[in-house]
Amino acid sequence: MSKQKMFFRMIIASLLRRRSRMLVALLSIAIGATILSGLVTIYYDVPRQMGAEFRNYGANMILTAADEAFTRSDAEQGVKMISSGDLVGYAPYRYENVRVRENPVVAAGTDFSGAKKTSPYWKIEGEWADASGELVIGANVAESFRLKEGEALTVSYTPESGEESGEVLVDLTKDFTITGILETGGSEEDYIYMSLDDLAELTGSEGTLDVCEVSVSGGADVLQGYVNKINSGSNAVRARLVKRVTASETTVLTKLQALVLLVTVVVLALTMICVATTMTAVVAERRREIGLRKAIGAPDGAILREFMGESMLLGLLGGILGAVLGFVFAQQVSIRVFSSAIRFRPMLVPVTILVSVAVTGLASLMPVRSATEVDPALVLKGE
Amino acid sequence: MSLLELKNVSKIYGELHALDNVSLKVEKGEWVSIMGPSGSGKSTMMNIIGCMDKPTKGEVLLDGVDLAKQSKRNLTTIRRDKIGLIFQQFHLVNYLTAVENVMLAQYYHSMPDEKEALEALERVGLKDRAKHLPRQLSGGEQQRVCVARALINYPEIILADEPTGNLDEANEEIVVDLFRRLHEEGTTLIVVTHDPEVAEVAQRTLVLRSGKLAKETVNPNFTGKIRFS
Repeated sequence: MSKQKMFFRMIIASLLRRRSRMLVALLSIAIGATILSGLVTIYYDVPRQMGAEFRNYGANMILTAADEAFTRSDAEQGVKMISSGDLVGYAPYRYENVRVRENPVVAAGTDFSGAKKTSPYWKIEGEWADASGELVIGANVAESFRLKEGEALTVSYTPESGEESGEVLVDLTKDFTITGILETGGSEEDYIYMSLDDLAELTGSEGTLDVCEVSVSGGADVLQGYVNKINSGSNAVRARLVKRVTASETTVLTKLQALVLLVTVVVLALTMICVATTMTAVVAERRREIGLRKAIGAPDGAILREFMGESMLLGLLGGILGAVLGFVFAQQVSIRVFSSAIRFRPMLVPVTILVSVAVTGLASLMPVRSATEVDPALVLKGE
Repeated sequence: MSLLELKNVSKIYGELHALDNVSLKVEKGEWVSIMGPSGSGKSTMMNIIGCMDKPTKGEVLLDGVDLAKQSKRNLTTIRRDKIGLIFQQFHLVNYLTAVENVMLAQYYHSMPDEKEALEALERVGLKDRAKHLPRQLSGGEQQRVCVARALINYPEIILADEPTGNLDEANEEIVVDLFRRLHEEGTTLIVVTHDPEVAEVAQRTLVLRSGKLAKETVNPNFTGKIRFS
């Protein structure tokens, strides 16, 4: 039998045949590794989770015309430059002055499915407009005209070209059904909302967009990257960040990540203390065995290797357990706090195991080194 | 040249002279007993001969090498290569089986060899208990594993400290018989004991008192067999 084989036979025997002792040590390492790996997983996933959370507060990028005007297809081309994984949604807007019961009102043509994603904070009393001929009106408009959901409403539009040429003004009209009343607490309550196709039909022209709101998940750097990409890749649209949203997002994220990092460092330190204490106890109760090994001729280096081998094997097992349980822990935290699943990061598995082995090794080094100072004569005497 | 020679050896702890100017010689293949009351210096002498301690004064020559002048590292090497130790409390590694405990001495000495370790256990009558852990063995069986471990590397000297101190008469006889066989094979034995019956089995008995060599008796009727009174 080779020396190496005997070495592994001894450390495996020590782990398996001293189960209760080793389980305590393994538990302490595994708990440390679990919390550590869980917190690091959360640390890396916080920007994504918080990004999704922040997207509830509206778009963080807007596209406007680079020159005079831009069309729906220009906006779509710009949006296509954003990776589908990062794109939450986009909503194009075209604003026109229309009349409701002979009073001027601003009508916004949009894509309702996109608006739902870019403006998830919109509260609709009733239903979102879905089909052609359906309308969502702002709460202020509803109050001014005493309108309720389900009622019919005729919207009229006066073409601009008629005024300039001195022709007789012929209003274009279209009948709508109000499906919902929009409440946001902001200026959106002064508008009426219809689909872009309905607005085109009402105004008799496809027209051009005024703005396209885009919601993108990712940190400030990612967003700025997309802005630069769109601005250099498209002649028709110009992208800008909604600084109010992105700046506060960055501030909150930085603070949150710093907090998680601080907790992680504290946990790492506590884990080291805990593992060191456990390993000190494990080594202390084996002083007689160390004395015996020295008495039968073991050099200090051999004892150091055997005990370090044992603790590093424990670190390896604890690390594997910690990597698995850490993901479960992070998943539970994520589901409870952010209501969404966490993303598995394969790189964290080897990192957790390596850190666990290193921490256990370091924590064991001091007690094992002091144990090699054991005088075999004193340890064996009279015991 | 004697295998072991102590020349004016003293071990002093402050005011206490644990060993006081002791000189003795042990020839190769000899079986020597060391007796004496508690505190007489038996253990101190064992530790010095066993390379686990150094004398304050004097020379300890083992195979011509002065142990008093060796570094800690050299003493470990000498202990590993030349000395087989047997203790009163057996001292086996409790999570290793009998055969693994024997192989442990091979592991530190040269190369572990399970077949050879099993043969050593067979010599002490424990081949069928080779896969048992120490807690599954009786005291006598554990001491026999220690004997197998002590002899596995063919040491120059087997140094036994109260080897029968914790054994009943039947096991005491088995262990002494093992010593007799080792002696017949040419192994040098130094046995520290309180027990006159075990001491008298040896060829020569040395008695220590207050750190001094008080008496030396040669056994004219040496047979290597124990006689219980």
